[in-house]
Amino acid sequence: MTEFYRQYLSVAVLIGAAALMFGAMLGAGRLLRPNRPQPEKFITYEAGSDPVGGWGQSNVRYYVYALLFVMFDVEAVFIFPWAVNLKSLGVYGLIEMAVFIIVLTLGLVYAWRKGVLRWA
Amino acid sequence: MWEQQVAFWVLAVAMAAAAIGVVRSRNIVHAALFLVVVLAGAAAQYILLAAEFVAWVQVLIYIGAVVVLFLFGIMLTRAPMHDDAGALDNDQRWGGLVVALFVLGVLIALLVNAFGGKKIHFSNALVSLGRTSHVGTDIFRVFVVPFEVVSMLLLAALVGAVVLARKD
Amino acid sequence: MQLNEFLILAAFLFCTGAYGVLARRNGVLVLMSIELMLNAVNINLVAFSAFTKNVSGQIFALFIITIAAAEVGVGLAIVLLIYRNLHSPDLDEVDQLKG
Repeated sequence: MTEFYRQYLSVAVLIGAAALMFGAMLGAGRLLRPNRPQPEKFITYEAGSDPVGGWGQSNVRYYVYALLFVMFDVEAVFIFPWAVNLKSLGVYGLIEMAVFIIVLTLGLVYAWRKGVLRWA
Repeated sequence: MWEQQVAFWVLAVAMAAAAIGVVRSRNIVHAALFLVVVLAGAAAQYILLAAEFVAWVQVLIYIGAVVVLFLFGIMLTRAPMHDDAGALDNDQRWGGLVVALFVLGVLIALLVNAFGGKKIHFSNALVSLGRTSHVGTDIFRVFVVPFEVVSMLLLAALVGAVVLARKD
Repeated sequence: MQLNEFLILAAFLFCTGAYGVLARRNGVLVLMSIELMLNAVNINLVAFSAFTKNVSGQIFALFIITIAAAEVGVGLAIVLLIYRNLHSPDLDEVDQLKG
């Protein structure tokens, strides 16, 4: 039990060290740099020309890609416990996983047939 | 186990503060980042409860995918990038506060009454309970039907979202 | 550790989420508050799983995480549709069925 927590303590120490390093670097930068604020310095850098609006180029079609990513992320998460138990589950587990993956692939096929994956 | 207790309270205070940040922040992007803190804190609480696999699924799906989806939603609804005092809330703020405090009071009274003094006993058996292999065996042997139904649900959600988000 | 510590933390998160659902106008923020409430439920399930030494609670939590991902996908698609039709993500604007 304490062994389990000791392993995760190293994860916590790593996260703490990363946060400390991040804070130290930005803090040192703040202390060292000269500070002369001008309104032009707060404009988003857009290759030299003046930026247009806030969220200029966002398109609703990006959303379908994000959603496909979520679906296959979930699929990957369920493949982990199957892969760990691959031998003990045998053919039974293989059939279960095949049904799962085929059903999710139907979603990808649907998105493909509807043409939302094509960037025209 | 005082170390466990300290870790719990540090995480709990951070999670509570970040949760208030989610519902009170005046900037939508900041609210999404506060949500990341709450979700990461919940993952750490699962580790404290020795539910290793659930903790990493929380990190992969919630922090990795759901928050990304939220950021896409913020971007596509062209949320204001400056702090927007009052425009994000409606006029039910005080009513909502009263309801939330009332429910919190009732729940705490109920929980203290029902589970006061009950302790979670930590042991090596608990650690092996949360291991990926143990959880996986139960998913694929006991919860077969829910597992397949989840794939149908994800398919339905994907088809529904594609239909809704298509540009016609 | 006391079981109640986890349960009361979850109750607090749930009530914060309920406040957010009631008091927020922006659809994306309402969905974020719903995520807070779902997380409170998950903490409860995992705490009870550790308390009763039964893995079912953890598997329920896994399925809830999955279903939350699907819920956010459809919910945000609906908010995007509201934004496209009404040019505002505010849920107060959706009152065309009101007599």
